[in-house]
Amino acid sequence: MIVILNKDAVSITREQDTILLRNRVKEWATKIGMGLVNQTKLITAASELVRNMLKYARGGVVNIEIVSKGRENGVRLIFIDKGPGIHDINLAMRDGYTTGRSLGLGLPGARRLVNEFEIQSVVNEGTTISITKWKNG
Amino acid sequence: MKNEAVKIIKAKKKYILEQWFQNQLENDGLREDLITNEDQRIQSEELINSFAASISDTNFDNFQSRDFEKIEDILSGVAISRAKRGFTPRETGAYVLSLKMALLKTLSEEIKDPVVLYTESMRINSLLDNFSMITFETFIKGREDVILRQTDEITEISTPVIKVWDGILALPIIGTLDSSRTQIVMENLLQEIVETGSSIAILDISGVPAIDTLVAQHLIKTVSATRLMGAECIISGIRPEIAQTVVHLGIDLSDVITKATLASALKTAFGMIELEVRKKATSKVL
Repeated sequence: MIVILNKDAVSITREQDTILLRNRVKEWATKIGMGLVNQTKLITAASELVRNMLKYARGGVVNIEIVSKGRENGVRLIFIDKGPGIHDINLAMRDGYTTGRSLGLGLPGARRLVNEFEIQSVVNEGTTISITKWKNG
Repeated sequence: MKNEAVKIIKAKKKYILEQWFQNQLENDGLREDLITNEDQRIQSEELINSFAASISDTNFDNFQSRDFEKIEDILSGVAISRAKRGFTPRETGAYVLSLKMALLKTLSEEIKDPVVLYTESMRINSLLDNFSMITFETFIKGREDVILRQTDEITEISTPVIKVWDGILALPIIGTLDSSRTQIVMENLLQEIVETGSSIAILDISGVPAIDTLVAQHLIKTVSATRLMGAECIISGIRPEIAQTVVHLGIDLSDVITKATLASALKTAFGMIELEVRKKATSKVL
């Protein structure tokens, strides 16, 4: 069972907000004693997803949570936007697929960087992505 | 019933201004180092004049009335200019609140009936409270503008291109690489390659906190552009955690020469232009 120990939210409207989010995530990850490598992975994944959010949905909200499962703590980030949604999630999760002119590694890369990755998207309503990185994951 | 307070305000405009100014002098609200006495007087007079002009029986209780737009404009202007000049919130707040004091004092001198005085004072109170809220909101907005400007200035800090050796340029990148920054970096680098006739450029990313796909894409573009100019590009300063992250993301940097430290990048660069770094022959050989 996953227990939420602490909660915070960062609203994303501009590119500069990504820096704020990254710092906040780093702060929380440090607080639970996450190692540097895992921290960097989590921050990079967050950075990918938040860039997508800004690019396709022009912003949204990121909830930061410290979660606990059994004896392990972790950081969970939930990215919520009210953008155009994703038509084909399976396609979007494929390496190298992009609708913008990017590398097409953001979503699949972010999934590889974290321990748990959940994506829900409704076309024209928005997308919610939840990622969790365990302290020693 | 004709509104007492409105009548008094219109009639006693001059007196209220004097009172208000007196209050400002007594308060900390007057900062002669930031604004001259004369300017403040003109500002206050303008505000009082338009206040007296726009106030009427019908809009007295309704601060959202369109009649007050002019006052709101003046107040916002005052608050924003004060925020930018470095007034404290207390000083800016005191500006409007001291007007309230002046108005209430005038009313208490003019209205003898305590019941009327009380109701009129309450109404003045709520009206002026709303004005001070406007001041407060715009003051904060003014300060936010200052912060935004500073943020822009920080991101604009140009990235210097350093000539480390004849034919070798180094470019230390500190902070996040976004699209606009990459553009500046790329322009500086390419320009400098032409000017110095360098054949090797070292991009040092020790100061970049995280490499995500966008940053990587920007780096790859910079490297390609450098190659088009006939120069070779080495990326240095790849920290262990960055290396792991890049691999997990699936970014292919194998076409690019990458090094862990600036020193090893420089060594590679020396090798490429066939230079050798040696200890002096005179030094004792162990």
